[in-house]
Amino acid sequence: MKLGAPLLIRIVVFLLLVLFLTRPELFAPLLEPLTQNGAPAIYNQGDLLALTLSHLRTVAVATGAAAVVAVGFAILVTRPIGAEFLPLSRSIVNIGQTFPPVAVLALAVPAVGFGEKPTLIALFLYGLLPIFENTLTGLTRLPPAVVDAANGMGMTETQRLFRVELPLAFPVILEGVRLSTVIALATATIGSTVAAKGLGEVIIAGLLSNNLAFVVQGGVIVGVLAVLLSDAFSALGDAAARRTGRVVRAEAA
Amino acid sequence: MQQRIDKLGVVIALTLAGAAFLPLATYRANRIAGGEGKSIAEALPAWAAVALALVLVAAALVALIRSSTGLRLGTSLAGIAALALAVGFSAIYLTPEGDRYARVAPGSGFWLALFGLAIMAADAMVRLRLGPTARIAGVLLFFGALGLLLVSGVWDGLSILKEYSGRADVFWREAGTHMTLAVGSLAAAVAVGLPLGIAADRVDRLRAPVLNVLNIVQTIPSIALFGILIAPLGWLAANVPGAAAIGIRGIGIAPAFVALFLYSLLPMVANTVVGLRGVAREAVEAARGMGMTNAQRLFKVELPLAAPLILTGIRIVLVQNIGLATIAALIGGGGFGVFVFQGIGQTATDLILLGAVPTVLLAFAAAVVLDAVVELTAKGAP
Repeated sequence: MKLGAPLLIRIVVFLLLVLFLTRPELFAPLLEPLTQNGAPAIYNQGDLLALTLSHLRTVAVATGAAAVVAVGFAILVTRPIGAEFLPLSRSIVNIGQTFPPVAVLALAVPAVGFGEKPTLIALFLYGLLPIFENTLTGLTRLPPAVVDAANGMGMTETQRLFRVELPLAFPVILEGVRLSTVIALATATIGSTVAAKGLGEVIIAGLLSNNLAFVVQGGVIVGVLAVLLSDAFSALGDAAARRTGRVVRAEAA
Repeated sequence: MQQRIDKLGVVIALTLAGAAFLPLATYRANRIAGGEGKSIAEALPAWAAVALALVLVAAALVALIRSSTGLRLGTSLAGIAALALAVGFSAIYLTPEGDRYARVAPGSGFWLALFGLAIMAADAMVRLRLGPTARIAGVLLFFGALGLLLVSGVWDGLSILKEYSGRADVFWREAGTHMTLAVGSLAAAVAVGLPLGIAADRVDRLRAPVLNVLNIVQTIPSIALFGILIAPLGWLAANVPGAAAIGIRGIGIAPAFVALFLYSLLPMVANTVVGLRGVAREAVEAARGMGMTNAQRLFKVELPLAAPLILTGIRIVLVQNIGLATIAALIGGGGFGVFVFQGIGQTATDLILLGAVPTVLLAFAAAVVLDAVVELTAKGAP
């Protein structure tokens, strides 16, 4: 196990991120070479920390809602009562994934107006698919012996679902949530083109005023957040997988 | 008697019933004015309204009662056709004679009914287990029917086509740019990603670093990556003789192309590596036993066996690029995004649709066709 060094790097990266968000002016000399004609090196039309938090909140709300709906729906179609929907829901997931996020966002604007709402809708819809697919995989690829054992113990359907199936599928579900979160973090930046509060504002301000420093700091903050959150989810998933004694990541590798 | 009612049919019938009470079309006095919903009865002449209502009721009944898959597919497709014709008629019917500013767009009822019927058609197609060739034929038929509707002029009264008719040449130019960006960056990613993937498979020490770097590239939000590339490419154009002459510039198509290329590398390299790793050991041993050289083994055994996974990588990249190419418009790179962002800026829904609908259709067609191709190669492989 070589967890030590990377973990240390991650902690350092996280601390640097916090420092940058709270005291960005300390980093101004680093970003100054990217500016022209004495333009400001640090985003000055809003508080970076506040924008980051609102960015994260948008992602959390949308992905959280997507997780609840997607897991609920995946449970439904894997029960006898919803089995008729299973083949169709698979193909809907496949088709849904071909919808470009920008198109979803743009189509949501006429329906609900500018601001936070279209971004939340686009992130929600886009977040559903990976979580649904992974939950489905998790629930349909349980070892049959385990399910038989649960039945043999006289568990009811509900008991089996909550005590056996969901805990065993949890690492795979978490992997879906991780994917959705990473996608949502990047997609939320596009939300700023429809006036949502978030880090996209910084990037777009940079594009409009031809200030590369803004583009870089907006992009790097989102990138670092994505890497850190993705790693955190992976660690959580690995821990859960170890607890249930199933190796999830070996399949993916 | 039990099991006569189809559960999915209940959902579809409810969707269609709901759609019947929502506006079929929205009428606006001009392209950015507020809309006014028109129900089926208001949006169509009496005979057409009755006909459409009958078709929808019939579709709902067929959906509700367990019936043969062929009948369900036929009814749902007939319903979609009726809906498409009806919305075109309603545009002509609702627009006052000679009024060039009035706009008629499909309303929420149209979209909901279309969704319900599309679900019904998709369900029937899934149950029919169409083979890959049949699916490709289906896509061709769909686009043929769409082209026929567009050429026939039935939809000419609809607002999205009015937006189009004002900028037809711009539309086709941006369509060309969009495809150049999406397909060109895919070609570049294949040319670089395939050898890189083979190298990463062969050289153990290369694998983790290459995949990690490409993973990190994926986390950079697209608008930022597009923006960040403006600087180095601008510098190249200004300082390397000949660079500007071949089209390398700070803004425009060049940074968009490079950004799409960078995003495409991860799926290409990762799928090549996974595909090559998955080649059965026996196959490699057998090839070695036959006295094949390393190169022969790679080209005659390993790559053909890994082909389905590599093609899956190409499918992921193409669908992703068609969507992402819309972002290029933000940095002057052109493509369908031009209409999307102009439309957002002018709050002109129809203009947004003019950019978004072709993007969605292209991505959808690319996904279906390439999925079918993947299936065909997987079947061909021993």
